[in-house]
Amino acid sequence: MSSLFRSEEMCLVQLFFQTESAHNCISELGHLGLVQFKDLNPGVAAFQRRFVKEVKKCEEMERILRYLEKEMVKSNIVIAATKEKEMVPCARDVLELESTFEKLEQELREINRNHAALRQNLIELMDIDSLFIAGVIKQERFPAFEKVLWRLFHGNFVLRHTEMQATEELQARGAVKKDVFIIFVQGDHVREKIRKVCEGFRASLYSCPKTLYERKQMSNSVMTQMEDLRMILRRTEEYRAGVLTRAAEHVQEWGSKVKKMKAIYYTLNLCNIDITQKLIVAEIWCPVSDLTLVQSALIKGSEQSGSSVTPVLNRIQTQQTPPTFNRTNTFTEGFQAIIDAYGVGTYLEINPAPYTIVTFPFLFAVMFGDCGHGLVMTLFAVWVISQAESLRKWKNELTDVVIGGRYIILLMGMFSIYTGLIYNDCFSKSFNIFGSSWCVRPMFHPHGPWQYVFNFFFLINVHTAPHISVWNIASNKLSFLNSFKMKMSVILGVSHMLFGVALSLVNFVHFRKFQDIFLQFVPQLIFMLSLFGYLIFLILYKWCITLRSETAPSILLLFINMMLFDYQSEHVLLYRGQVWIHIFLVLTAVLMVPVLLLVKPFLIYRTRMKTRHQVGEQNHFICFLLQVSMGDIFVYQAIHTIEFCLGCISNTTSYLRLWALSLAHAELSEVLWRMVLQVGLKISSGMGSLMLVVLFAAFAVLTVTVLLIMEGLSAFLHALRLHWVEFQNKFYEGSGYKFTPLSFDSLLKTQQ
Amino acid sequence: MPSLLFCGPKLAACGIVLSIWGVIMLSMLGIFFSAKSAVLIEDVPFTEEDIRDDKNPPQKIYGLYNQVGINCFIAAAIYVGVGAVSLCQVRLNKRQEYMVT
Repeated sequence: MSSLFRSEEMCLVQLFFQTESAHNCISELGHLGLVQFKDLNPGVAAFQRRFVKEVKKCEEMERILRYLEKEMVKSNIVIAATKEKEMVPCARDVLELESTFEKLEQELREINRNHAALRQNLIELMDIDSLFIAGVIKQERFPAFEKVLWRLFHGNFVLRHTEMQATEELQARGAVKKDVFIIFVQGDHVREKIRKVCEGFRASLYSCPKTLYERKQMSNSVMTQMEDLRMILRRTEEYRAGVLTRAAEHVQEWGSKVKKMKAIYYTLNLCNIDITQKLIVAEIWCPVSDLTLVQSALIKGSEQSGSSVTPVLNRIQTQQTPPTFNRTNTFTEGFQAIIDAYGVGTYLEINPAPYTIVTFPFLFAVMFGDCGHGLVMTLFAVWVISQAESLRKWKNELTDVVIGGRYIILLMGMFSIYTGLIYNDCFSKSFNIFGSSWCVRPMFHPHGPWQYVFNFFFLINVHTAPHISVWNIASNKLSFLNSFKMKMSVILGVSHMLFGVALSLVNFVHFRKFQDIFLQFVPQLIFMLSLFGYLIFLILYKWCITLRSETAPSILLLFINMMLFDYQSEHVLLYRGQVWIHIFLVLTAVLMVPVLLLVKPFLIYRTRMKTRHQVGEQNHFICFLLQVSMGDIFVYQAIHTIEFCLGCISNTTSYLRLWALSLAHAELSEVLWRMVLQVGLKISSGMGSLMLVVLFAAFAVLTVTVLLIMEGLSAFLHALRLHWVEFQNKFYEGSGYKFTPLSFDSLLKTQQ
Repeated sequence: MPSLLFCGPKLAACGIVLSIWGVIMLSMLGIFFSAKSAVLIEDVPFTEEDIRDDKNPPQKIYGLYNQVGINCFIAAAIYVGVGAVSLCQVRLNKRQEYMVT
């Protein structure tokens, strides 16, 4: 029977199937998602495996698909999503798919190349459609001429000049050296400007081509060429869009097919192929309860491939540790993930996840405790749960974390509303639901006006109206709350740890380590109960009886005196016979320490001596080599004992963070109210409402960022630490490895 | 006619959430102030003179309570307006997105 209580029983199975039916069988197993293939060729490097070429082909196809998708995104073509399960293609279809992909890629690349070339031509043509002027100027004037033109056109022109060939005639007449230049510039309106500049430099202009008619002709031909090019470009883009749209209908389907094929080839690499090349041997881990499902999947796969021989399942015994498999559903997988983040449970160990579903949100809520904030958190979680599928498309790592933990956030919010009602705190204001159970009359009782009555009725009402509302505006609120919250944290902490110790009993019973029950569980329990269980008793007792406040003994001092055996007559005691009970409890606890430390190693030593006598001298040497030495065992036991005993005190103190964080949260929330919203409320004139609108917006933003996100993350982290360290070190080993089945669903989900 | 769109889809969505929260919380605060709840005494702007010079206690304090309550209700009404504007922005954004694709 599968449950979250303990991890599933696994078995190692050998599979034999024919090479032709390999694809279909493995694909059926992949759709089932319940088997993990063991690597039968661990020493072989990746490039030496049998199907490495096929894996490379699949990767090439993935690359082409990625290129196609990028092109589609660039052209804003919508990629259709496919929902039905596609069949994995066999080897023939692989070749066809491959050729389709290569053809598509080539086509697309060619289109893109042509597109770029045509575009380039268009730009060049646009350049030609511009003005050009030719002229002659004295050479020495040329640089200044060029500078002026630069300033005028900001470099938007092309100037070419060359020295004029001096004829003999001109040289004889002593003519000055001249340059001929030609200017290309865009736009008609600049003609006047250039004329003026040339006049200034005394350059003579010649316009060419000589006639206006020719100019017009040239301009027209350029225009028609440009029109043609534009049309060709448009057609090219349409064709490209058509190709991409046709491909877009199939691209997702192809993508998942390629991923599945790659997974199948990778799996085939893990198997052994025997000499005749006809048989494939694989070893899988699979849950015992699912063997029939695996069998039927294999039969289906072999039928699909048309093979006559059904695959053979052969369950084998093994000494290796199987992987740990916890069957979870959408609700529990978040909680299982936070347990596995610390350490995957040892095979068949007790799984802390079902208890974590309740204790984790509860400890978070004790630190968060505000029903207004809890309500906002719950509403946010409900929204995320309803929009989970569409939010997953954002593919942001942060949103993935939030989506994975959406049920955790929901529970945290609901529990926070509950503890907020207990603390009577809603956005730092309190409610008056059940009226006050505070009596003023006993304050004026004959015993004197200073009697502090924390009476019995309060305790009865503690679950209906634990904190009366008027505490909220009392100036000594904190001294009451601190004492209450500290004691509550210690009570919760010790209960949590006792629960952890009790779970270790369940582990011992399951693994049949009955000796450990008496040597480990019972002494640990007695140690904890006699010291910290008694502390809880003292707290509860002091809450229940009536005391005069000026003479009430502090529990902490009582406890310290108990450990130091410090009993003086002026110390006030809570009840008669307290001294003897204290002495008895401390002695019991101290007695448990040597039991934990010494008895187990002594028993191991005795059994070893006995077997050594029985086995005889010849095997003495071999036995000595095979066993762990006595010194190691003793050191291990000593470490374990010290860790437990000292850890009891430090872990109990560690639970005081429940008090510290809830105090911080309450104070932050009150400061936010007082400094932000109260400023707006205190303005009684008409402007008050406008200020209130603005200040409320600031209040809301700060509440969400500081109080919800920052404090929420902090409380989450601390609650997680309390679980991982203080709770789990009482019973959890966490040294297993996770079961990672071949599952196409999770493959497609993670890579999307 | 120039486009009425002045904020993107995310800002408009935040505006809607903020206005819903504002309407609910401010109207509840208004109700609690009108009901003269004792816990909210620190939020009411009264001074020492108000308590001492009051001819008919605690009517002055009650009057102040009512004033703050009315302020809260007005602020809630303003947030209804802000919410309506944000809703329009969300619709305009959706329409523009639909037209582009």
